[in-house]
Amino acid sequence: MTSAVEVEDLVVERGRRRVLQGISCAVAAGSVTGLLGPSGSGKTTLIRAIVGVQVIKSGTVTVLGEPAGGPALRRTVGYVTQAPSVYADLSVRENARYFASLYGLGAADADRAIADVGLAGAAGQLVGNLSGGQRSRASLGCAMIGAPRLLVLDEPTVGQDPVLRADLWAKFHALAAAGTTLLVSSHVMDEAGRCDRLLLIREGRLIGDDSPAAIRAAAGTENLEEAFLRLIRDSEQVAAA
Amino acid sequence: MSLRITFSTAARILRQLRHDRRTVALLVVVPAVLLVLLYFMYDGADGTFDRIALVMLGIFPFVIMFLVTSIAMLRERTTGTLERLLTTPLGKLDLLFGYGLAFGLAAAVQAGVAVAVAYWALGLDTAGSAGLVVLIAVVNAVLGVALGLFCSAFARTEFQAVQFLPVVVVPQILLCGLFVPRAQMAGWLQATSDALPLSYAIEALAQVGAHPDATTTMWRDLTVVTGAVLVALVLAAATLRRRTP
Repeated sequence: MTSAVEVEDLVVERGRRRVLQGISCAVAAGSVTGLLGPSGSGKTTLIRAIVGVQVIKSGTVTVLGEPAGGPALRRTVGYVTQAPSVYADLSVRENARYFASLYGLGAADADRAIADVGLAGAAGQLVGNLSGGQRSRASLGCAMIGAPRLLVLDEPTVGQDPVLRADLWAKFHALAAAGTTLLVSSHVMDEAGRCDRLLLIREGRLIGDDSPAAIRAAAGTENLEEAFLRLIRDSEQVAAA
Repeated sequence: MSLRITFSTAARILRQLRHDRRTVALLVVVPAVLLVLLYFMYDGADGTFDRIALVMLGIFPFVIMFLVTSIAMLRERTTGTLERLLTTPLGKLDLLFGYGLAFGLAAAVQAGVAVAVAYWALGLDTAGSAGLVVLIAVVNAVLGVALGLFCSAFARTEFQAVQFLPVVVVPQILLCGLFVPRAQMAGWLQATSDALPLSYAIEALAQVGAHPDATTTMWRDLTVVTGAVLVALVLAAATLRRRTP
């Protein structure tokens, strides 16, 4: 199994706070990997390091065989920030066409991405007039343009209704089946079960890195939320001992 | 840098502007209205209106585009679109030149209207041609854009961005020769004035006011202003970081 992302001993400081305290992990190519942890645990910082917009203190991040953020990766890595990063004063279609143009792609590719996130009916609307959930789907659609090899999504399902969330996860798995690697962060545990593999982080440290089934088995519970809580308790006991 | 991405970025910025009708109306109408105000202020004193209106045709686009650009760029930063753009094939100069191009075009429309009103409705009289006045006004607008792009790197909030107006723009207006002729200033003030690009733009306008044909001084001044634009854009690119803390 090859890795699309390899993180080694990554340390990030923001201000005086050490946000990531030496994280090492890998994301398997062609998988859907979930990055889970409570808010403030360092998920977004790790994601920013992987897409290469985060100043890092030490360690290495390798993406598709290149140092994170390298020029060649700007064509092959799609990134969706937590807050929808699309232009509120443009329509969905205008946003998608602009992002398509950055990759040298045309209107057809832009329209396909809009349809993929279920916004074909709202393509002519200004993003500023959309609901929160529609807005984050517009942002997601813009990242899927150009068929990136790695899609890094920071909490893409926040504010989506259950039906749309199920649709989006089906879409993620379809993309993975076609060879795309997805790294999806979430703080919602019921989404964790939909991932092929989970990275659990807490206070800037990796406390779990396994498939959902293995994490359930190790913790001795079917409930992932409960399993996560047990992992946290275990890691605290190790730290105390 | 890619021309295709620069042009599509400029088109995107103009589309954003088009959706904001009120801003477009303000951009086009306000300078013309202010000129009318000046006309009635200096009612009767023909020479004074000619001199001041000509200078204002250079100052308005500079100030307005500086403000518009500072806020637009700050919005790119705070909404996360800048972070996203910097993970795409877009080059930093594509973005900066895109802004220069888009707002430069907007400024051309604005200057066209203001100059038309000044000459036809208010009877502005210059020895040189109105076309040169439009040209200088557009170069001034692009100077405002370039300085706005550069300054926005140092602002983290809208409040801070607006505060750069008194820091960067007002001293240039005070020292450009509008209030006190540059030759009458104390030596150190004159030296400061010499270092500020707006002084050259205003001198170029004065040349158009006094001479029927484009003078060498005017072209030299315009070259200095264009050079200042390029320096500001390169500095803006240097302060635009792909990686942030």
